[in-house]
Amino acid sequence: MSITDYESVIGLEVHVELNTTHKAFCECSTTFGAPPNSQVCPVCLAMPGALPVLNREVVDFAIKAGIATHCTIEPVSRFDRKNYFYPDLPKAYQTTQNDFPICTNGYVDVASGDGIRRIRISQIHMEEDAGKLMHHSEGTEIDCNRCGVPLLEIVSEPDARSAEEAVAYLRKLRAIVRYTGISDGKMNEGSLRCDVNLSVRKKGEEAYGTRVEIKNINSFNFVARAIESEFKRQVELLESGGMIVQETRRFDEKTGQTYSMRSKEDAADYRYFPDPDLVPVRVTKEEVEAIRKTIPRMADERKASYMATYNLTPYEAERLTEDKEMSDFFEDAVAHTSYPKILVNLILADISPLFTEDTVEYPVNPVSLGALSDLLGEDEINSNTGRRILKSLLENDFDPKAYVVEHQLAQINDRSALESIVQAAVAANERAVKDYLGGKEAALRAVIGFVMKETQGRANPLLVEEIIREAIV
Amino acid sequence: MQLQQLADGLRARNFSSRELTEAVFSTIEQKEPVIGAYITLTRDLAMRQADRVDELLSAGLALPPLAGIPGALKDNIATSGIPTTNASKMLADFVPPYDAFVWRILKQQEMVLTGKANMDEFAMGHSTESSAFHLTRNPYDTTRVPGGSSGGSAATVASGEACFALGTDTGGSVRQPATLCGIVGMRPTYGLISRRGVTSFSSSLDQVGPMTRSVRDNALLLDALAFFDRKDAQSVAQRTDSFVADIEQPFGQPVIGWPQAYFESDDLLDDVKHQLEKARDFFELIGARIVPIDLEMLDACMAAYYILSSAEGYSNMNRYDGIHYGHRSDHAETLEEIYTLSRSEGLGAEVKRRILLGCFALSSDNFDAFYMKAAKVRTMVVREFEEVFRTCDAILTPVTATPAWHLGTHPEELGGNKYSNDRFTLPPSLTGMPALAVPAGLTDAGLPVGMQLIGPRFSEGTLYRLAAAYEDAHGLLPLPGEVKA
Repeated sequence: MSITDYESVIGLEVHVELNTTHKAFCECSTTFGAPPNSQVCPVCLAMPGALPVLNREVVDFAIKAGIATHCTIEPVSRFDRKNYFYPDLPKAYQTTQNDFPICTNGYVDVASGDGIRRIRISQIHMEEDAGKLMHHSEGTEIDCNRCGVPLLEIVSEPDARSAEEAVAYLRKLRAIVRYTGISDGKMNEGSLRCDVNLSVRKKGEEAYGTRVEIKNINSFNFVARAIESEFKRQVELLESGGMIVQETRRFDEKTGQTYSMRSKEDAADYRYFPDPDLVPVRVTKEEVEAIRKTIPRMADERKASYMATYNLTPYEAERLTEDKEMSDFFEDAVAHTSYPKILVNLILADISPLFTEDTVEYPVNPVSLGALSDLLGEDEINSNTGRRILKSLLENDFDPKAYVVEHQLAQINDRSALESIVQAAVAANERAVKDYLGGKEAALRAVIGFVMKETQGRANPLLVEEIIREAIV
Repeated sequence: MQLQQLADGLRARNFSSRELTEAVFSTIEQKEPVIGAYITLTRDLAMRQADRVDELLSAGLALPPLAGIPGALKDNIATSGIPTTNASKMLADFVPPYDAFVWRILKQQEMVLTGKANMDEFAMGHSTESSAFHLTRNPYDTTRVPGGSSGGSAATVASGEACFALGTDTGGSVRQPATLCGIVGMRPTYGLISRRGVTSFSSSLDQVGPMTRSVRDNALLLDALAFFDRKDAQSVAQRTDSFVADIEQPFGQPVIGWPQAYFESDDLLDDVKHQLEKARDFFELIGARIVPIDLEMLDACMAAYYILSSAEGYSNMNRYDGIHYGHRSDHAETLEEIYTLSRSEGLGAEVKRRILLGCFALSSDNFDAFYMKAAKVRTMVVREFEEVFRTCDAILTPVTATPAWHLGTHPEELGGNKYSNDRFTLPPSLTGMPALAVPAGLTDAGLPVGMQLIGPRFSEGTLYRLAAAYEDAHGLLPLPGEVKA
């Protein structure tokens, strides 16, 4: 047997930090990066007698996530307490949904090879984050700003079969949380965190192997590497006659290996029970429908609509919808041009690299980009000029049409004006003309270059070529 | 004097709030060395509050009935800037930066705060003897316990060291000390009074309760406390306009259930049983219909109560870990030691007992057999009581099997048991239904006995009306005699 005879069986638990204005159970702000312990109150510090009250925005966000992943939204769900001691947890319990989560039985479809893999979602539940410990040589400091910040935990069934599928699923989830606006989905700031459950089995087998959990991986790249390395470790262990132990492991980013943290026997007993300070969460059908209407169209729906409306290729449409901000930008810009194809080319070639995880505003004014597309589409400027204008637009915004007039950048499409320049060019480039007539097609470039130079790059290059050919036959 | 008379006297300028407050503090000075009802006295604040009320009254302002009247708060009710110790070494130095909802609204109504009353540590106990600081003595017999956990609150009212007090009731902690100290104590419908800022023992059971000399005082105090609080998820908006006004409604022909089984227990002292039968006969005499009812789940209630309250208590107590605030051991070197030593040193034996019981009942091996079963019992008890209240307006039961017992002993000396003596107060706690403890005379030895009137949710007005009829006919209990030093 070799490693190719095995497959990995992967389930993912994804924690999404919600960007609600307030914490889950008090009115403290959730802003990232505030000075330590500046966003705290008796409730999130667990002072005696402080009581939690559920922030309904958290429920709305959970419903959005549920709708976007085709889940059933449960009419009644409940919060439980997960009891354990840790200095970053002032209450000594995490408020979470253990037995009755708000969303159940959904799925996400991801591209896999040439086909599609459906990753089922068993549940999405609401819970809260803990604080942050900062260790120094003199001791440990606790920042409680994050205590009580709302999280969703999205739990998948063990449906992914490769690192590629797992990462495709994570990318899709990130797109979903960003499309629905419930989280910024930034893995580098911890607003998207991932635990991987992985077992291996021989291809064709039905039964699952013993499962290992890899905790808290914080980039797509590390998820892929952790899965590949753990898959290899498990297969090698089995091939050498060993047994997989059910345990929790961590991924070391430096070595690219996973290391054991604790075995199942050491697992804590969290003594879950219903949180008596909170009432059951009730959601009506009307609320779900009202929230459904507020959800922006998801990537798949937009992709289909772009292809139909703007005659884009599947590739172009897919690229445009990968990122919600970029897709929004396209929609804003396309309203200001009659040449969507040209706009798409500009976006995909020059703008798309500027949309990153940290993008908070459009890199260029979509109205101006629409106008630029029109200038190109109407042959008012040539593509060289277009690129130069775009470069300036990225620095500061202006009206491209006025700019073209002001800087005399308009393409010269006037045949008689060009004919006199072409005559001069032919006269000045006798040798190139001879070469061309002798069969060297490329020699024509020198003549065209002369014309372009004479016109400061504004001549319509196609028209120039046409006139030259006519002139020297 | 009752609260309404005090309010009238202040408005008629017969005496000032300053004079009233000074009189209460002179009683405190005289009796406190023996009674030990308070943990913290707030004399300076009280005098400032009294002077302010006198000024407002001089200016002709109309103030709420409690304005200018000195009262005490149990020391598990958060008072900003004033120590709130929960009678625990763990929080001996804890001064909250926030007010409990009840303290805030009573402050807005211009009450005068005498101080913070002694209690069993974290409200876990029956005698106030688990206070980490000192004993409280029963004003009727200072060799005896005042009951608990709101024993300090009950003692302040019985001794005249406060004109009223707030207690908290989880399994009977308002009603039992009220009865042992001969005063009136109400456990209102769960959610009627906000729990915000009241240290949680068992969140699904905890309720603040008014403790007063008379039934009308109690209704007046509940009127001042029953407001919806959007920051307590369990707060309920429903309330009547005035419980005081409810008392004056016609008595009519209420149906009172008499749970036979409650009166057949071996440990129920004859004196107590006798007083309760007299109360029953009185109600019948004035027009009530007495019907025998079957309530069979009293023993199951006790098991369910201790499992559920300890489970929730375990979880609520874990925040006292020596990390963020409260007692931290001087001897801790490691994180593990901060937890174990701080908690070992900071928490008392009774609290530890409940934590261990709750920890056991919630552990994954025992959860179904203990916690889940107790939760099911609770549901069944609710159904049992709802069934009874289809035909009854109220149920009459004992509060405790015996009157107050001697300090340092258990109720066994009177034929009772520490944990079962006050089991009659548990069903209303589990069902969230209101229950009023009212004095029902004295034993031959001169110790107060109490009756409990239980009603369906939001029936406080009916309970007050029944109790007031009894009180009007029998008068208030005689005040405790000279305090035996």
